[in-house]
Amino acid sequence: MASFLTYLISGISLGAVYAIIALGYTMVYGIAKMLNFAHGDVIMIGAYVAFLIFSTLGLNPILAVIVSMLACTVLGITIERIAYKPLRGASSLSVLITAIGVSYFLQNSALLIFGADSKTFTSLVSFPPIKLMGGSVVISSVTIVTILASVIIMIALTTFINKTRTGQAMLAVSADKGAATLMGIDVNRTIAITFAIGSALAAIAGILLCSAYPALSSTTGAMPGIKAFTAAVFGGIGSIPGAMIGGLVMGIIENLSKAYISSQLADAIVFGVLIVVLLVKPTGLMGKKIQEKV
Amino acid sequence: MSYRSKTFKSNMITYGLVAVFYIICEAMLKSGHMSSLMQGLLVPLCYYMVLAVSLNLVVGISGELSLGHAGFMCIGAFSSAVFASTAGKGMADVPELIIALIIGAAFAALFGFLIGIPVLRLRGDYLAIATLAFGEIIKNVINAVYLGVDSHGMHVSLKDVKSLHLEDGGQVIIKGAQGIGKLPRNATFTLGIILVFLTLFIVLNLVNSRQGRAIMAARDNRIAAESVGLSVSRYKMTAFVISAALAGMAGVLYSHNLANLQATSKNFGYNQSILILVFVVLGGIGNMRGSLIAAFLLTLLPEKLRFLSNYRMLIYAVVLIAMMIVNSSPKIVAWRKVMAEKYFKRGKAGIDEPEAAAAAEHVPTVDEAASEITADLAAAEKEAARIDEHEADNNAEKED
Amino acid sequence: MAETTERYLLDVDNISIAFGGLKAVDHFSVKIRKNELYGLIGPNGAGKTTVFNLLTGVYKPDAGSIVLDGDNITGKTTVEINHAGIARTFQNIRLFSNLSVLDNVKVGLHEHYKYSLVEGILHLVKYRSTENAMDERAMEILKVFELDGYADFKASQLPYGKQRKLEIARALATDPKLLLLDEPAAGMNPQETVELMDTIRFVRDKFDMTILLIEHDMRLVSGICDELTVLNFGQVLCQGETKEVLNNPEVIKAYLGD
Repeated sequence: MASFLTYLISGISLGAVYAIIALGYTMVYGIAKMLNFAHGDVIMIGAYVAFLIFSTLGLNPILAVIVSMLACTVLGITIERIAYKPLRGASSLSVLITAIGVSYFLQNSALLIFGADSKTFTSLVSFPPIKLMGGSVVISSVTIVTILASVIIMIALTTFINKTRTGQAMLAVSADKGAATLMGIDVNRTIAITFAIGSALAAIAGILLCSAYPALSSTTGAMPGIKAFTAAVFGGIGSIPGAMIGGLVMGIIENLSKAYISSQLADAIVFGVLIVVLLVKPTGLMGKKIQEKV
Repeated sequence: MSYRSKTFKSNMITYGLVAVFYIICEAMLKSGHMSSLMQGLLVPLCYYMVLAVSLNLVVGISGELSLGHAGFMCIGAFSSAVFASTAGKGMADVPELIIALIIGAAFAALFGFLIGIPVLRLRGDYLAIATLAFGEIIKNVINAVYLGVDSHGMHVSLKDVKSLHLEDGGQVIIKGAQGIGKLPRNATFTLGIILVFLTLFIVLNLVNSRQGRAIMAARDNRIAAESVGLSVSRYKMTAFVISAALAGMAGVLYSHNLANLQATSKNFGYNQSILILVFVVLGGIGNMRGSLIAAFLLTLLPEKLRFLSNYRMLIYAVVLIAMMIVNSSPKIVAWRKVMAEKYFKRGKAGIDEPEAAAAAEHVPTVDEAASEITADLAAAEKEAARIDEHEADNNAEKED
Repeated sequence: MAETTERYLLDVDNISIAFGGLKAVDHFSVKIRKNELYGLIGPNGAGKTTVFNLLTGVYKPDAGSIVLDGDNITGKTTVEINHAGIARTFQNIRLFSNLSVLDNVKVGLHEHYKYSLVEGILHLVKYRSTENAMDERAMEILKVFELDGYADFKASQLPYGKQRKLEIARALATDPKLLLLDEPAAGMNPQETVELMDTIRFVRDKFDMTILLIEHDMRLVSGICDELTVLNFGQVLCQGETKEVLNNPEVIKAYLGD
């Protein structure tokens, strides 16, 4: 029981990270109608920036988070501007291949800059763990911070989208780009903001991910990125609560299958879930149906 | 029909290139002018060519982005390696290889079919991500599989050797992550070239058949294809299964070129699938000769230019992005159209549509582009605005 | 008695479809005789294209039945309905844009000229003879539309008016019993429209075809259609011979407003 709880809690923690990453995917997919394959690699860049500031330069962890978020925001906007914006209106095949190109670019840039050997990321969170059930269940400080962060982010994001003009513009663009343009909404600006928010969240996700799993290399973001996309699809692409739920479910499934089935097969199980979701309910738990017009 | 003789000529050039490549390599081998490094690359060159052309069948001809091609290669490699270390043991090279190729292609085709059933129901990005998922599942499961054989037949387990419950004298074939050892290593360059020819023959002839036309029609416009009575899913499946079978054969070549076969994320992971996709994109989507040349150059260059090897993937990435933007950006496409009209309609009173049309296909060089960009930007913007409007119209037609 | 036993090529009986709460098509019926040129008109958003989509199986009707030449095709798929004998064109042209003009038509011939996948890949004798026969037939059809000179062009390279013609040629290649044309004159100038009218009549006579067309251009409709149905808000407003329908005050009201 105690071990099950431990696995469950670490699964929730991993899931919370997936959820934060999935938010970036789901917002971009909802608004720009593209699968930003490079999103996972922005996470990795965010983690490297935080690593440089906190571990290499020895500065304040809060500063590390802020600089990392800023760096990723700039990176996200730059990627959108250079690689994706020219392809607006092109086929999804072209856009996806471009996104894969960007992903490759980020991974290999990181490889050249930071080297092939993986760095050991020092956790930015350093208060003592909480012990439950007489010490048989230990909840680490990173887990607590991760779960808290994801909840705060979700609430903040929902409020932002529902209560601000920019948020409303995002909803409008996501519903109908053409009509939004006619209503005087600057679609390009709205898409850029979406990338900015998604990328800032990616920085947080990167820091939290590497605080829990400290090996940092150029491919650190790739797999979590794909799994988070899975989570976004599971929850229903475009839906913020969907991304949250999807992330948590994915994290829990992955950790429990690692613990009780096979650590080698855990990834296969996660991908199996993705395929089942795509087939049974391609719109996800909370997605909307889109039909092609004839 | 002039277009038919044109395709015929183009196909002959493609076959000719492979033949010339083979003859040059053989001549270098015979006269001892080939470095051992280069010799080691000959078989990989062949399987990369097969992989690139077969993936191009799905991406270019069928128009679906598959990110799990390495998974089919993996199936071909492992199924043929199991054969090589059981029934194929002690067989002469030629029959062993022929049977191995048939087994590899058949298993890959079977999995292509089984995976195709769910995957081909999806569209666009979802289809791509599902193929990626299947590719990873194949690699991960094979990486966890233990397979043994004794007098009772085959035993499979996902745990360890012990749980295979082999009787004394039973043989363990696949040892989980350690894979399969003591393989025959009997793949040759000649075999590789034969496979390249076979792949080209199948793909190029398919493209020029009624089935190939149906596959391309479904790619160009699914709804119109159905309206003229084509079963789109059937033809998508045809392309997918043939592509998988060919990738399976590439896997056979791969496994028969090694002493030990393991499923790692390096050889069968999605990075491998993406590398093959890079060949396809850089060679030109739908262009088989381009795939061959890209696979050849991108496999050879990094080995020849060692100093560049660190930057290799970075350069691929940049070229990939640039290629997509130049070829697919609506603005740039519109600009090319404007340019084409400007140069080919002028002085011909606009009657000569054929030439203008042909010119629309012309890809401008960097020089041309640089000198003309400013002058024609305005015109391009106009055209792009027109296209945007069209886009908006299309979107407006979409229903919830 | 003679009335009731008359055999119609297309007999649509009370089909309806709703999207959400909106009744896009509401109890629509139409009967079309063989060899007839029939027009479906109505203001924007009246549900004309939706009727086409119902007839071709893109949507399944919520109620009602569609019988083609004695064959109940209600609820069948687009592919099955094409095999049963309905071919169509689209309001926003849908060609196989990267295929040649000739190949576009050959795709239309797909179900009538067959050889197996193996024969196709190995380019066996049957492949060659069949492909030659297909080329010949496709060129014949292209000639009707004066597109034979463009056979080797990519479909997307054709000018707009010729693309519309190519779509009709492709539809005819499937050898349908009923041809549906969705706004064939859209985007054409008056001169082209007149030519198109001739072509449509010619197609009807030469291919012994029955044609149902959606059109906005009143001149085209009054010039060639034997009978008309006027659709408004998804419902049949008026049905009958062209002249009568066009003089119907309700139709005039629907078109010109109060």
